[in-house]
Amino acid sequence: MTFVGVLQILFMFGLLLLTVKPLGSYMAKVFEGERTLFTPILRPMETLIYKMCGVREDKDMKWTTYAFAMIAFSLVGTVATYVLLRMQGMLPWNPQHFGAKEMPANLAFNTAVSFTTNTNWQSYVPETTVSYFSNMVSLAIHNWMSAATGMAIAMALVRGFARKSAAGIGNFWVDLTRSTIYILAPITVIYALFLIQQGVPQNFSPYSAIKTVEGASQTIAQGPVASQEAIKMLGTNGGGFFNANSAHPFENPTPLTNLVQILSIFLIPAALTYTFGKLVGNVKQGWAIFAAMSVLFFAGLFFCYRAEAAGNPNLSAKGIGIENAATDTQAGGNMEGKETRFGISASALFATVTTDASCGAVNAMHDSFTPIGGLVPLANILTGEVIFGGVGAGLYGMLMFAVLAVFIAGLMVGRTPEYIGKKIEKFEVKMAMLAVLILAASILGFSALASNLNLPPGKDSASFTDAQKADEAKMGSIARWNHVNGSSPSQYNGAMANNVNNSGPHGLSEIIYAYASATGNNGSAFAGLTANTPVYNGTLGIAMLIGRFMMIIPLLAIAGSLAAKKHIPATSGTFPTDSGTFVLLLVGVVVIVGALTFFPALALGPIVEHFQMMTGGKLY
Amino acid sequence: MNNDMTVQSTSGKRKASSLFDPNIIKRASKEAFLKLNPKTVAKNPVMFVVEVGSLLTTILWIKELATHTGHPLFTGQCTLWLWFTVLFANFAEAMAEGRGKAQADTLRKTKTETKARKLDSNGIEQLVSATELRRGDRVVCEAGDIIPGDGEVVEGIASVDESAITGESAPVIRESGGDRSAVTGGTKVLSDKVVICITSNPGETFIDRMIALVEGAQRQKTPNEIALSILLSGLTIVFLLAVVTLQPFAIYSVKSAGVGEAPSVTVLVALLVCLIPTTIGGLLSAIGIAGMDRVMQHNVLAMSGKAVEAAGDVNTLLLDKTGTITLGNREAVEFIPLEGVKIDELANAAQLSSLADETPEGRSIVVLAKEQYGLRGRELQSHEAEFIPFTAQTRMSGINIDSQQVRKGAAGSVKAWVLNQKGTVTSELDDIVTRISSIGGTPLVVALNDKVLGVIYLKDVVKGGMKERFDELRRMGIKTIMITGDNPLTAKSIAEEAGVDDYLAEATPEDKMELIKREQAGGKLVAMTGDGTNDAPALAQADVGVAMNTGTQAAKEAGNMVDLDSNPTKLIEVVEIGKQLLMTRGALTTFSIANDVAKYFAIIPAMFMATYPALAALNIMKLSTPQSAILAAVIFNALIIIALIPLALRGVPYRPMGAAEVLRRNLLIYGVGGLIIPFPGIWVIDRLLSALHLA
Repeated sequence: MTFVGVLQILFMFGLLLLTVKPLGSYMAKVFEGERTLFTPILRPMETLIYKMCGVREDKDMKWTTYAFAMIAFSLVGTVATYVLLRMQGMLPWNPQHFGAKEMPANLAFNTAVSFTTNTNWQSYVPETTVSYFSNMVSLAIHNWMSAATGMAIAMALVRGFARKSAAGIGNFWVDLTRSTIYILAPITVIYALFLIQQGVPQNFSPYSAIKTVEGASQTIAQGPVASQEAIKMLGTNGGGFFNANSAHPFENPTPLTNLVQILSIFLIPAALTYTFGKLVGNVKQGWAIFAAMSVLFFAGLFFCYRAEAAGNPNLSAKGIGIENAATDTQAGGNMEGKETRFGISASALFATVTTDASCGAVNAMHDSFTPIGGLVPLANILTGEVIFGGVGAGLYGMLMFAVLAVFIAGLMVGRTPEYIGKKIEKFEVKMAMLAVLILAASILGFSALASNLNLPPGKDSASFTDAQKADEAKMGSIARWNHVNGSSPSQYNGAMANNVNNSGPHGLSEIIYAYASATGNNGSAFAGLTANTPVYNGTLGIAMLIGRFMMIIPLLAIAGSLAAKKHIPATSGTFPTDSGTFVLLLVGVVVIVGALTFFPALALGPIVEHFQMMTGGKLY
Repeated sequence: MNNDMTVQSTSGKRKASSLFDPNIIKRASKEAFLKLNPKTVAKNPVMFVVEVGSLLTTILWIKELATHTGHPLFTGQCTLWLWFTVLFANFAEAMAEGRGKAQADTLRKTKTETKARKLDSNGIEQLVSATELRRGDRVVCEAGDIIPGDGEVVEGIASVDESAITGESAPVIRESGGDRSAVTGGTKVLSDKVVICITSNPGETFIDRMIALVEGAQRQKTPNEIALSILLSGLTIVFLLAVVTLQPFAIYSVKSAGVGEAPSVTVLVALLVCLIPTTIGGLLSAIGIAGMDRVMQHNVLAMSGKAVEAAGDVNTLLLDKTGTITLGNREAVEFIPLEGVKIDELANAAQLSSLADETPEGRSIVVLAKEQYGLRGRELQSHEAEFIPFTAQTRMSGINIDSQQVRKGAAGSVKAWVLNQKGTVTSELDDIVTRISSIGGTPLVVALNDKVLGVIYLKDVVKGGMKERFDELRRMGIKTIMITGDNPLTAKSIAEEAGVDDYLAEATPEDKMELIKREQAGGKLVAMTGDGTNDAPALAQADVGVAMNTGTQAAKEAGNMVDLDSNPTKLIEVVEIGKQLLMTRGALTTFSIANDVAKYFAIIPAMFMATYPALAALNIMKLSTPQSAILAAVIFNALIIIALIPLALRGVPYRPMGAAEVLRRNLLIYGVGGLIIPFPGIWVIDRLLSALHLA
């Protein structure tokens, strides 16, 4: 770890701290319908939208209605995107003439789900698969809507705490509209202009074919990148315009854009903690959540950065003698899969931030990290992405952990547990446990399936024996389940575990990471996993749906139940949830719940890989 | 706490059977096996999983023995300890129940077949069996009779020995009308004769209910217990998922590494049992039963566990002034002479008039005269003295001695008496009387013949130690409100002296009700005590209503607890027990979950050492062999249940302090402690196992 590296991290966090209060209180005003700076300009637009859509602004929804509205909205969005993706060949802004061939049904399903659920997992290579229209309309719309949905859900839950003996938790359509036009839109416009200034392209030109200095020919992919890039980061979406995502110079050209991109991932999630505190009438409650998130953020970052800066100790062992330390002329540590213009610190920081939040954009290849360096992003996702987390999703996820923490330890002060003046009872515990349980089931279940499911026999068609070929013919359609989309018809991978690029523990990490990323709605890939096959696209798609809705529905149920409860005034006998003790407790619960659930699986993945590297020097 | 109260509460304490009474242990050991019945265990999802696991490994063990495959010694030991885990949990529950059962047995002895002298419609006595009595029947009881059933005295007055229920040997007075009319079946009339109207049918009497309660036969899970069970079941399923999916991961890893083998089912079951929260799961019902039992030991009968749980949550305590905050007696604190009267003269007359007065007020006057004016009690034999006792009609008492007539009493009565003797009364007297009343005192006017001498200032005496007690409650976050029929001024001065947070003066039953509803509307939980019929609605409305056993049947029915000692301050102890109950649950849950960290470090490297030798780095306890490591974790997991039974039964120590402080303390002890303790524990067991060549 270098001084400059640490300074970069602290600088970013310092900037973040400065934004929390102003943005947080601005958002509180927006969601309460109070007057803000933008009201004169945006309010007419807001009322126009309500009028056009027939939304009655003052109509409060019960949690079931709210959930129904949210699901209906997402469902319509998913179906529409699916249809638009399949039809992209007939739609405009398609200079490269991509069609349904590039976007088969299973991939379209995966992609539609992925963008609606704020996951932005990309099983495909964007440059060779999707048209500008698909990018700018079919997919980008969800970059806005899924982020706004997340904020809406978070506000519904916050209202559950803030309201007293109330029947409703707000109006989904109003929350959605306000998130979009008052929060996402103004920031995105400025952000995109900044990116353009920094050199991010914004055009509709076909790809240019150029001759490189060496005389080789190269195709330069481009398009309306800047507009998409801004909301990709701000809405913790993470779906790149290019396959290389934020490691691509057209998405993330300069160290300054890199800093702003990292900052913009955390911007709204961090400020929402303040909004929460403000709305429940005690900003210290918000800061406590912020503090717990910060502790977890720095802990993860420390391990990730340290592991990456240290690199593989075997390289400097006798007989090899490679210098691992950073010097004036080299970055040192593990530079595999990292951009030299970012270096180790900014890459480790990006990896930590993107997985803390459910962003999933990457500026380095997580697959190439050291075992511990790669464990951190995976562990971050496995906590449920509550370390600032996705816009809205991070706050509501963390509040769910707060409910559990209060329930487990709150009893220890000799009262039935309460949080922000609301009693935590049977129903809340049931719903919170349900969410924890379903997420764990999705990650572990699908990973277990993928590590063992053997579809047809054999591995590579080129070396097939006649018997294997006969087997394949016999398996019929099943054989195609793990057939890579767009590859030659006879090429299929067989066992799902064959889709990993690396054997042993690293291969297992790749599988677990994929399902964790999908279930957690993160969308980043550990890489190294060939996911563009029907079986992976299908299961990952289902995992994304589970991760999004099976989390949101129980949480809305909690919101509804809490809103209906009386508010219990705090006394000196009340469990204090704005104290340092509570922060540590919350951190402990997040870590312990995650660790207890996933330790066995992780032990066979990154953990054993680390010890193998340290003891035997074996890497996968 | 002042000494008086200590004496009161300890003397009121039912003799608690020692925690490890051999009889209870014997009975509980037997019960532990009976409780293996899957139907019984199924009520506890966590232990049910353990039982199913034990059954599975038993089958595997038999198979291994029969086919000479696998590791029967290891599987056998695993199986044995898994069964022990279930047995220990059953034992804990049986221990908690056993203590209740022992009490129930004592109570049952009072339910011997009694004969009742039933009055028929013509008022003629008939001898019938007590079990034939129905609600509304009237029976006669005389000295020496056992009261045949619960009822109300409708005629007469009698002293009754209620020690069978309260454990208190001093007899109590029961009389018709008013708030002292309720009698309980099984108690014994010591003197006089009463007619009782039976208020309960056989099998529904107080003693029947008490037996059912202490035996736990009707025990229903409390809301918090249910919520905690859900959490524990959820965690169990999470661990089930983690263990079930571990096998495919293991198969993948073995295939990929090319060495070792996937863990056996026995090992997976062992891992699962170690991870699921067996410690709290096994002790949860014991904690609940023990909480009820502790309330019982304070001679309070809680009608449901829910009431005890609610007691821990109480935000507001309504306390009756008389008997709870004040001693109930007034005490003389000052003599105020009228103009022209020497204070010694007043003191002398006051003392004279009180020499024969055996009421606490009278005694306090004698004491004050002696202490302040050095007037000793005098020999009255030499004089011709006639004592005039206090009556409700005259509202005066006094003495006629040597042609002097001394009277003391209520201002109005004494004034009338003086005027009657052609004396005069000045407005000065009225001023003094008004002044004393206005500061919450009671004025007693003293007159000698036709002359008013002055006024004795009687004051309500606040019990010693109450202020400290209320400070304690305030630190616990509980607000105290004093309820009194006194006027606001009196109430204010006593409230200030006692240190309560608030007061309700000139309280009518409606006011009380209003106050409770107001507090509850603000989200607060209210506890109160009461004994009268007019308290019944408020007792029913309060979240925790403690009825005095001396109170009316209506009050007892309305409340959710009955204090057999009829000691209103007991409410404070009940609140503490409620808190302790919740704290014990929280502490053991935290402890149980924190334990899992060490178990992972024991079992995970043991499971995969053959496949991935590098995982030895996780074996930070340096356990001898994979088998000894797994066994040690299973054994530790079983033994910790036994080790924590005393804590579960006694409850974690409670100290009145702020929630933040309690939280820090308990997190440190049970959270951090739970994280650390299993490491040395498992290590020691591992060493023992290898020393004994068991693994």
